Amino acid sequence: MTTTAMRASAISAGYPGVPVLHGVSLEVAAGEMLAIVGPNGAGKSTLLKVLGGSMKVTGGSVDLFGRSLGSIERRELARTVASVGQENAVAFRFTVLEIVLMGRAPHLGAFRFESRHDLEIATAALERFDLLHLARRHVQELSGGERKRVFLARALAQEPKIALLDEPTAFLDLKHIAEIFARFRELSAERGMTVIATLHDLNAAALYADRVLLLSSGTAVAYGTPDEVLTAENLERVYETGVYVGRNPSTGGLMILPAGTASARQQV
Amino acid sequence: MSEQTGAAHLTRGRMFSILGALIVLLIVCAVAAASFGSAHISLARAFTDPMSPDHAIFFAARLPRVLMGVVVGAVLAAVGAALQALVRNPLAEGGILGISGGGALGAIIALVIFARFGGGEVAVPLCAFGAALLSTVAVYRLAMVDGQLEPFTLLLVGVIFNAFWGAAIMLVNSAVNFYFAHSILFWLMGSLEAPTYSEVVMVALLGLAGFAVLMFRARDMNLLSLGDESAAELGVDVDVLRRTIFVTTSVMIGAAVSVSGIISFVGLIVPHTLRLVFGADHRLLLPASLIGGAAFMVAADLVARVAIAPAEIPVGAITALCGGPFFIYMLRREGRRPLSL
Repeated sequence: MTTTAMRASAISAGYPGVPVLHGVSLEVAAGEMLAIVGPNGAGKSTLLKVLGGSMKVTGGSVDLFGRSLGSIERRELARTVASVGQENAVAFRFTVLEIVLMGRAPHLGAFRFESRHDLEIATAALERFDLLHLARRHVQELSGGERKRVFLARALAQEPKIALLDEPTAFLDLKHIAEIFARFRELSAERGMTVIATLHDLNAAALYADRVLLLSSGTAVAYGTPDEVLTAENLERVYETGVYVGRNPSTGGLMILPAGTASARQQV
Repeated sequence: MSEQTGAAHLTRGRMFSILGALIVLLIVCAVAAASFGSAHISLARAFTDPMSPDHAIFFAARLPRVLMGVVVGAVLAAVGAALQALVRNPLAEGGILGISGGGALGAIIALVIFARFGGGEVAVPLCAFGAALLSTVAVYRLAMVDGQLEPFTLLLVGVIFNAFWGAAIMLVNSAVNFYFAHSILFWLMGSLEAPTYSEVVMVALLGLAGFAVLMFRARDMNLLSLGDESAAELGVDVDVLRRTIFVTTSVMIGAAVSVSGIISFVGLIVPHTLRLVFGADHRLLLPASLIGGAAFMVAADLVARVAIAPAEIPVGAITALCGGPFFIYMLRREGRRPLSL
């Protein structure tokens, strides 16, 4: 019997005058990794904001471990859900360790300094993302990939039950993409952390996710295991271009490619 | 490139040793400022002989002035640090954003009106506060572009506000008689001339109350550096935090402006320097700015009093002479690496 970490029932949301999501439902079991995929503007980031509570629904409801998202107090929510957005600009020159320690804020009172325990958690988070040697550096001096990992480590220091990651692997090279997913796999095995990530990279979704939600124009087109969702038929309909879905000959895993130059030439 | 040897994060021990060192610096500045001036006095005689002119000069002129420098400098620098956290821009400061100018106009209007009826002691700081709050909120809202605070729009709005308030003050200046015109000039230049002990106490009390509120939100200001959304996701009620900073800094600026006029750049130079040396954590930056701002102002006022003695330079001119080039230097840095100070 698995517990449901997050359940969204027919949620609609958007900006004033611009509805983005139309009745999206999903259910993620604790410890699972859900990938949200879909074309640009499908509403992936908006869905993530709604699930994180930073955006209100205009219809439907979101439950966290059986409790309504709206009924959970702000700081308690921050101890349950950690979000890492796409933009990670930091004003002022904080050190890497300071940024990661900020993840402890929801666990501390206003005047409390971080304890040895908090420092241990932050150090462990830095270690996990291979950042310990950068602890004293200012975030502004890091590469895009390093900075991304700093914010993932900060989310980890929150000790959340659910991590919401918006394009966690954008602009990262293959090695770091593999490592980041491996780290979150470990976390899900070690402490049952649930991960919900938007992904542009369909192959990464196929390789690492337990479940995939395919969004298009704010509607869920398909929801299920990667094999069920990432079919040529579904993808061609949603991305409006030819898609080849095959098997990686060495692993047997799903392999997704654009259908190729021949069909592209025919379309023109 | 960064110094690899700097502290990786703030600890309580590190905070207290830095604040202790700054308090020593403040004491040195204050003693120097109390000892020197256009008239030569003996501190020993001032304390031992109550009938001596040294006693009179020290207690009637020099001491209140040094104390006023302490409280005004402390308030302006702490407010600078808080405003920078609010707008996530190290170039923000009460004077630069036109908040002090708004406060000064409010103070002047109250001064002119209440001179007839009395009650100015309460009305002047109150109106300065009201006008400062109005300016803060207006600058903040006007610099919002698509829900984002545009750093350079913010500075431009500040420039416009300064010009506008300056013109309004000149307008009042032209409309009132000579006695007021002198006080108005005093407000425009910013000066610590001839304060009373009751004014010192008023600024000290409002300043300390405001500072306590800001300290309570210091860690939330750190989180705000990550952006509104990230701060909210870490449990900060960003709207409440923003309103708290609006009101608190306006009370503090209103109190300072109503006694000393527009003294610019203190809130820029002091927090920036401290941040560069000791790091960006607001739990240290706010109290360090409070103490460092006091030391800086007392030192600047000493220069103002002795540089061309027996004549005196308004202290606002000294801070602006230091702050102008400093601001340009920071602006050039900002252009190369946005929002990274």
